[in-house]
Amino acid sequence: MTVEALRLEGVHKAFGKLEVLKGIDLTVAEHEVVCLIGASGSGKSTLLRCINLLEPINSGRIVVEGHEISGKHVNADKVRRHIGIVFQAFNLFPHMTVLRNITLGPIEVLGRSREAEEDRARGLLAEFGLADKENEYPDRLSGGQQQRVAIVRALAMEPSLMLLDEVTSALDPELVSDVLRTIKALASAGMTMVIATHEMSFARDIASRVCFLDEGVILEQGSPEQIFTSPREERTKRFLQRVTDSGRAG
Amino acid sequence: MTDKKAPATLDAQGGSHMLGGNRAVIVSTTSTVVFFAVLLGVIFLAPQTQPFRDMFLDPQAMRESFFGVPGEGIPAIWRGFLINIEIFLIAEVLILILALIIAVIRQIPGPAFFPFRLVATAYTDFFRGTPLLLVLYMFGYGVPAMGIQGLSSFPPAVYGTIALVLSYSAYVAEVYRAGIESIHASQLAAARSLGLSQWQALRFVVLPQAVRRVIPPLLNDFVSLQKDTSLLMVLGIIEAARAAQIYASLRYNYSSFVMAAILFILMTIPLARFTDHLIERDRRRRQAGE
Repeated sequence: MTVEALRLEGVHKAFGKLEVLKGIDLTVAEHEVVCLIGASGSGKSTLLRCINLLEPINSGRIVVEGHEISGKHVNADKVRRHIGIVFQAFNLFPHMTVLRNITLGPIEVLGRSREAEEDRARGLLAEFGLADKENEYPDRLSGGQQQRVAIVRALAMEPSLMLLDEVTSALDPELVSDVLRTIKALASAGMTMVIATHEMSFARDIASRVCFLDEGVILEQGSPEQIFTSPREERTKRFLQRVTDSGRAG
Repeated sequence: MTDKKAPATLDAQGGSHMLGGNRAVIVSTTSTVVFFAVLLGVIFLAPQTQPFRDMFLDPQAMRESFFGVPGEGIPAIWRGFLINIEIFLIAEVLILILALIIAVIRQIPGPAFFPFRLVATAYTDFFRGTPLLLVLYMFGYGVPAMGIQGLSSFPPAVYGTIALVLSYSAYVAEVYRAGIESIHASQLAAARSLGLSQWQALRFVVLPQAVRRVIPPLLNDFVSLQKDTSLLMVLGIIEAARAAQIYASLRYNYSSFVMAAILFILMTIPLARFTDHLIERDRRRRQAGE
């Protein structure tokens, strides 16, 4: 018996005349790791931003743990407490120390005590190999460290769902593996995740399911084996071929 | 690794500066001496130098105007200058607060806040477009003339300060707004994604970064404000420039103006240098961050 964590029904999103999402249907079960693959501009990032209500959708429904969050009278701030998102460009707050970056949400949004939250944040930092960084400012950290701090910041809100938006795309190649290892640890801990990624070997490794997005629709989805070894759709094949040719498949 | 190398390169550059240091000091000293020698030469060797110096640079007149001559109705410039400082300090604090409120109002999204945004925009347009002198007249003479009980009977300095605050806040609000708009939208997205409300995101994430970024232009406006306090003389307030004017009209000697100017310069220089220091520090920090 699987519990449904997230359900999208016919989600449409347009920026002006530009239709980015043209009817997305997707169900994610609790503890599932769903990887979104597809060319740049296929709508992966937009889909994640819509789930987190950072972008309002034009039509369709988004249901999180049985509650529709895409309705008119939903308090978006409350919804976002339960959905963590990590961005491609980290988006850490440059004027705050690592510790304050992490505790800001829990203290100001959840109203928790500073002492308890700082202790908890220190625990999380230690767990992710950042124990000595709590008093650093983000610009003193490497890209990989910044991205791991961003992941810890999202985790500190104790979300039930994590959205990762191409979190390794802005990193130097040698820093990618650190971040991927962190995400794998999250997956083994049972975190439900939707991950937009260009790292095919990583997707193959971590995903319980892979969705291929093409021109605003999920063209094909299945197990990593099925998608990567015997894709049904011609466009999926061509996309994977291009990725392999560029050497990103690993 | 590239991050770690950057400071080393900077050190190396600093080192090469140090090697050429002695020569640089000699050159700058020589050019400074020559420059001021020429300047003084022009003043003291001009055909009319003696009448000019008597009229503008008479040490006796400067001293007299600085301390004032109570028996002859000549106010002391130093007393007037205390009024300039007082008005500046009060106005500065009020401007920082009012301008921030206006800038924030102009940022609040949503159709319900349209009238607030409209008022804030109209305010900015009006006070930026109206010469400060006219605003001073309007408040200094207009409000008392309206005869509203409790509103029309303050001393002129109060109306003058209000006029300064209203006029400068329009400028400073625009400075704040430029700062707010310079903060990338991704910062707001990151803040909102943590569940912070629009207001919390503004307060904890956007405004602290925006204000830090606009401190140099803000201080620049305040250098300007320090001088503009002298415009309050049109309301009959005997501040430094007005005291100098009274001296000049009674003694037919303009040295008092030079005296007042020296005081204003002495007051603005520290703030100007402090602004330079902040700009320089910012520049260095940006280079180190790259």
